[in-house]
Amino acid sequence: MSQPAPARPLLEVDGVSVRFGALVAVNRVSLAIAPGEILAIIGPNGAGKTTLLNAISGFYHPYEGRIAFDSTDRTMLSPPDVAALGIARTFQNVALFKGMTVLDNIMTGRLLKMRGNFLLEALYWGPARRQELEHRAFVERIIDFLEIQAIRKTPAGRLPYGLQKRVELARALAAEPKLLLLDEPMAGMNVEEKEDMCRFVLDTNQEFGTTIALIEHDMGVVMDISDRVVVLDYGRKIADGAPEHIRKDQAVLDAYLGVAHD
Amino acid sequence: MIYREAGQFKTSYASDQAIFPIAQDRAVVLLALAAAFVGPPLLASEYWLQAILIPLLIYSLAAIGLNLLTGYAGQLSLGTGGFMAVGAYAAFKLTTAFPQVSIVLVFLLSGLVAAGVGLVFGIPSLRIKGFYLAVATLASQFFLVWLFNKVAWFSNYASSGTITAPDRAVLGVTVTGPSATASARYLTALALVTVFALVAKNLVRGRVGRSWMAIRDRDIAAEIIGVRPLRTKLLAFGISSFYCGVAGAELVFLYLGSAETQAFDIGLSFLILFMVIIGGRGSILGSVLGAVFIVLVPIFLTNAPHALGLRLPVALQKQIELMVFGGLIVFFLIVEPRGLARLWQITKEKLRLWPFPH
Repeated sequence: MSQPAPARPLLEVDGVSVRFGALVAVNRVSLAIAPGEILAIIGPNGAGKTTLLNAISGFYHPYEGRIAFDSTDRTMLSPPDVAALGIARTFQNVALFKGMTVLDNIMTGRLLKMRGNFLLEALYWGPARRQELEHRAFVERIIDFLEIQAIRKTPAGRLPYGLQKRVELARALAAEPKLLLLDEPMAGMNVEEKEDMCRFVLDTNQEFGTTIALIEHDMGVVMDISDRVVVLDYGRKIADGAPEHIRKDQAVLDAYLGVAHD
Repeated sequence: MIYREAGQFKTSYASDQAIFPIAQDRAVVLLALAAAFVGPPLLASEYWLQAILIPLLIYSLAAIGLNLLTGYAGQLSLGTGGFMAVGAYAAFKLTTAFPQVSIVLVFLLSGLVAAGVGLVFGIPSLRIKGFYLAVATLASQFFLVWLFNKVAWFSNYASSGTITAPDRAVLGVTVTGPSATASARYLTALALVTVFALVAKNLVRGRVGRSWMAIRDRDIAAEIIGVRPLRTKLLAFGISSFYCGVAGAELVFLYLGSAETQAFDIGLSFLILFMVIIGGRGSILGSVLGAVFIVLVPIFLTNAPHALGLRLPVALQKQIELMVFGGLIVFFLIVEPRGLARLWQITKEKLRLWPFPH
C-alpha cells in the first residue's frame, strides 16, 4: 500500500501555524494524507504532534495556513462540524464516558448517524425504536470486530487501561469515519496489547478502507504499520517519507539523538 | 421464586434493550404499579393520602426533572423552586383565563412555559460549570420568586398575593380545588408521575440521554463525536424545567390548594436536590427513592418513640428526630455515595448470585 500519494489527498494541511501567546507550537507545517494510507506522525516530546491533531479536529484554530478535507476548506470549523465531515479521533489520555457502559459509549459514537425526533424518542416508539435497534446491530458488528463482546455491559470506568483504549477505538469507528486520527493508541501498553492494537489498526485500514493518521512513540510499531512517516521537531516538519527513508534521515537522527553544538 | 435470570435468553436486540430485560423485574414493577393505583384509594386514610402520598408523588416528579439535568446532563442547578413557581403561576393564569380547557392540558402547557424560562436561565451553562453554575442558577430562584411577588398580575391582583386552585374536572371527576377528594387528586398525581417517569426513562436510554451523559462524563470527547454542547445542555434545562413546572403546578393544584411565593423558596430547591443526591444521581428510580426517603423517614421517626412505648418531652423528641434524620443522611452517603438506587442495584447483583458470595 505504499504507492505515491494520488493527485487528490483526503486531508491537506497547508502552512499551518498554531500559537499560544508567543509560543509557536506548530510552525508552518504542511502535509497531505492520501485516501487509504496509514500515516504516522512522530517526533520528540513537545514537537507539536498533538497540537497539530487538535488543529485538524477543530479544538484549536490555526493562526495561519489552511486545512482542507476532501478538497473543501475547513480551517475554522468547530469540533462537532469536523466530526460531521467524517473525521474521528481518539485521545492520548483515554477520554471515555466513564459512567456509561461500553455499549452506550459506542452507541454515542453513532450519534451523527441518528436522526432526532424528540416526540417519538420520548415514547420509544415506531421509527425511533427501529433506529435504536438498527444502530445497535451496527455497533454489535464493531464489538465483534474489536473482540470486546464480553464487556459490552460493563461501565467503561471499570475497565483496565488497555481495554479502555480499545473501546475508545470502537467509539471512533462507530462514526464510520473517512479519516481516523489516533493519538498514541499504544501508549502504556504491554507487548501483547500493542500487537493486538496494531492488528486492529491494520484491519480497520484494510476492511473499512479508513484513512488513518496516528501519533506513536514506539518506533517498531511505526516502522511496521505505517505507509508514510512525518517527523516534527520544535513545531516544524523535518522529514516526510517512507519508513525506510526516515530511518536513515540525518535530520531525524539528529532530532532524536541530539547533535553536538560547536 | 428466587431472583434468577438463568434460562432467560435474549434472542433479539429489542428484548435486550427493554426497560426491564429481566422477567422478575418486570413483574415486580407492574405489580407495584397496579398496587399503587388500586391500594391507597381503597385503604389509605384521608391523612395518608393528603399529607404523605400526594406530596411524595409531586416531589418524585420534581426530583426526576432535576435528576435529568443534574444526574444525567451533569449541570448542577439550584433553580428548581423557581421553575416550579413558574409552572404553578402559569397553571393558575391559564386555568383562570381559560376555565373550559382541560386541567391536564393546563398542566402540560404550564410545563412548557417553565421549559421556556428554563431555557433562558440555562444559557450561562455554556460558559460555567459545577458550583459556579449552581450559583448562577440561584439567580433564577431569587429573581422568579421576586417577580411573582412583585407583579400582582400573576396572582390576578389578589390582595393577599395568594393563588388558589379552582375546581376543575377530568372525565367528569373533580380533581383539583376544594371539592376534589384526596383519592381523585392522588390518582391524578400518580398517573402523571407514571407517564412522565416512563418518558424520562425512554429519553435517557436513547440518543438524547447518551448525549447528555457524554457531556457530563467528558465534554471534549463528546464534542469530537458531534454532540453540540449548547444545544444539548439547553435541551436538558428545557426538559428538566418542564418536569419541574408540571410538579409546581401539581404542588398548588393537587396538594396545597392555595399558595404564596414562600412555598417555592430556596428551601424547596435544596429539598429536591437532596432527594436527587440521596436517591442516586443518574437514576429515575433513584429520584423516586430519594423522595420516599425524605418524605417518609421524618414521619417514621416522629412515630417511632411512641410505637416503642417511650414517652419523651415533645421538644426533646423533635430535636432527636432532626439529629437522627441528619445522621441517616450522612450514613447513607458514606455507605454509598451514589445513592439508594446504587444500593438497590448492588442488592440485586448479590441476589443473582445468592447463596454464593461471588
